[in-house]
Amino acid sequence: MIRALGWVLRRDLLLAFRRQGDVANALVFFVIVVSLFPLGVGPEASQLRNMAPGVLWVAALLACMLSLARLFAPDHQDGTLEQMLLAGEPLVILVMGKVISHWLVSGLPLVLMAPLLGLQFDLPRDALAVLCVSLLIGTPVLSLIGAVGAALTLGVRGSGLLVALLVLPLFVPVLIFGAGSVAATAAGTGAEAHLLLLGGFLTLAFVLAPWASAAALRIAME
Amino acid sequence: MTKSERFSWFHFSSPNTFYPLAGTLQPWFAAIAALLCVVGLYISFFVAPTDAQQGEAYRIIFIHVPAAWMSMFLYLVMGFWSGVGLVLNTRLASMVATALAPTGAWFTFIALWTGALWGKPTWGTWWVWDARLTSELILLFLYIGFMALQAAIDDPRRADKAGAVLALVGVINVPIIYFSVKWWSTLHQGASVSMKSAPSMATTMLIGMLIMALGFWMYSIAAVLARVRCVILERERHTEWVMKEVGGQA
Amino acid sequence: MNWHSWSEFAAMGGYALYVWGSYSVTLVVLIGEIVALFMRRQGVIERLAKYYAAHRRNHETEA
Repeated sequence: MIRALGWVLRRDLLLAFRRQGDVANALVFFVIVVSLFPLGVGPEASQLRNMAPGVLWVAALLACMLSLARLFAPDHQDGTLEQMLLAGEPLVILVMGKVISHWLVSGLPLVLMAPLLGLQFDLPRDALAVLCVSLLIGTPVLSLIGAVGAALTLGVRGSGLLVALLVLPLFVPVLIFGAGSVAATAAGTGAEAHLLLLGGFLTLAFVLAPWASAAALRIAME
Repeated sequence: MTKSERFSWFHFSSPNTFYPLAGTLQPWFAAIAALLCVVGLYISFFVAPTDAQQGEAYRIIFIHVPAAWMSMFLYLVMGFWSGVGLVLNTRLASMVATALAPTGAWFTFIALWTGALWGKPTWGTWWVWDARLTSELILLFLYIGFMALQAAIDDPRRADKAGAVLALVGVINVPIIYFSVKWWSTLHQGASVSMKSAPSMATTMLIGMLIMALGFWMYSIAAVLARVRCVILERERHTEWVMKEVGGQA
Repeated sequence: MNWHSWSEFAAMGGYALYVWGSYSVTLVVLIGEIVALFMRRQGVIERLAKYYAAHRRNHETEA
């Protein structure tokens, strides 16, 4: 089973590195969206500082959501997904591998980029650190929940927008506590509770989401 | 008693037996709903006294709260029947779930609309980002997502099962979302603004709300029975009994 | 009795817009749903009747 997980991880990472454009797109989208907000609301520093946790988190959330199109659809199109279903390995493991590689390629770069963008919003240093940690814990949750949405809409017309519609409401708790943790740090109250809750969400998603995604994949491929 | 004589509720678990049952029951539920709503409206306008703080505007509560209750209740029921259809691989349960969604969505809309109209005279703005209204908004998105997913998938059985997975994921998430939004709202506004800070419940007000809620519940059953009958006709059109029902001939 | 006259009832203590706006929209939505369901049923029956008619015609031409 571990071997299967390793195989899926390696394959997906290899494919991602061959098409670095896909990877870079999510990152560039993140940067552009974050930059749009000051252009929209004005450069006043205190306003931007207040907005920063929400803006950064929403942008990360949207970038993650857009990259879900890469998760199952390409494999579905070239027939690999069918082979994965036919393989003897538990589908849950294979899904887990795909989600991990998706996060490594689409989520982790956001975590690394976020402090730079936070500086643009004049966030204090401890808030920047909490921003990184919250994204580090939160983006895997987004990938996990997103996988369920991607699996449900596999091969469906207009799946891009449909995935957004399905998955964004489910992202709300992660958004609330992720952005909340940064805001709490900037305000001086502690972010511990928020980060712990995010960790709770991660655990819950880790246990339930691959299972739901595998079920959805089977339904889609019947 | 032989096996064939034993009555079983499972008798009604197939579309062709449920269809006539639904047709018989539906007018009764509609009638009870109308009666309960009339009584509830009478209480809400003529029995319940004026509130000292909010004046007559509080009377909106007799629609807002029951509608919100129904919106959440119907989502759970939808999740339940969806799950039954997924696990037991039956068609009828999934059809019922599909039929529940629009009614639930409309009640969510009503809760939001009345919430806005209640918020304006009471707190000054057309939209109040309090826990209940914001959760209702997200619930509306969940309903719409369910309906959109089912509409986008052509194969009805796949649509049934995919909807079921989504609905079940939604049911698990609804308490998490509500808790998160509640925390978020008290943090940002303090406990001052809350739809729950309604006038302290005089008994008449509570009774009025309960009767309206029951009325809405009976209405929902009637509407869903009517809708599931349409769904059954559409989905089972290749069968003999539907042909006879519609009046066509083989 | 809460109200001393019909006009008092209609005015709702000045909150007429909000109270009647809520109740009327609710009524419209619920009645609208009922009407839509009637129309849906009629539509389904009509379409199916046509479908069966075409189906029968096909059988007749094959026979």
